[in-house]
Amino acid sequence: MNAVLNELNVPIRSEADLVTARLRGREIASTLKFSSSELTLIATAISEVTRNILSYAGSGDLDLRLVRQGQKVGISIVARDRGPGIADLFSAMQDGYSTSGSLGLGLPGSKRLMDEFDLASEVGKGTTVTMTKWKM
Amino acid sequence: MNRSRAPILKLGETLIASVQEALMDADLVGLRDELVAEVKKYRATCVIIDVTVLDVLDSFAARTLRHIAQMTQLLGARTVIVGIQPDVAFAMVQLGLTLEGTETALDLEDALSRLKIRVGRERSAQ
Repeated sequence: MNAVLNELNVPIRSEADLVTARLRGREIASTLKFSSSELTLIATAISEVTRNILSYAGSGDLDLRLVRQGQKVGISIVARDRGPGIADLFSAMQDGYSTSGSLGLGLPGSKRLMDEFDLASEVGKGTTVTMTKWKM
Repeated sequence: MNRSRAPILKLGETLIASVQEALMDADLVGLRDELVAEVKKYRATCVIIDVTVLDVLDSFAARTLRHIAQMTQLLGARTVIVGIQPDVAFAMVQLGLTLEGTETALDLEDALSRLKIRVGRERSAQ
């Protein structure tokens, strides 16, 4: 289990929150001295999962957490919504699969950007994406 | 809304859209519509979009830039995206994004030289 060093919640209600989420993510991650290219990977992943909240659920929450696991520290991002949920989790993780007309790269792409990635969803209840990037 | 975030300059038959700050989706869509309208209005043959200030190009932004390039091409104009930062390029590749079929250049100067557009003294000497 990860110890939480610092936590910040960003409510996702409108498109403007997407820009805020990326900015807050960069800010909190930079306190761990991630490299500029790692910060860009993190901000891009935040952008994708936040956009999913807005596209599919309309609103939700983003939790940005600085975590420690043994000797390593990192940033853990939890994107959660109470939207319609994802019926086909396997397809949702395939490149190019989309039910909204997007490129279908958001979830599989974010998984490639981060070190750990977990997708949990229940139809009618909502979706939670948890992803972590460790400081190398 | 787009006007302030990405003003469009006209230089001969070229339109230059210079993104000034982080864009929201609506700004990008606004920029797309505005550019397409202005290509027709000014009979522009080239469009340059400068994204130097953007610290993230996610899937929506990449798709919209690609759409702009395709739409302007259908109107007979060539679009060049300039200023993608190395960190942003790295993240785009990891994410699986390409701007396939869309011309890119290192920066505005590079794009202008490729498009053989001369500015300043050289031009008045012609």
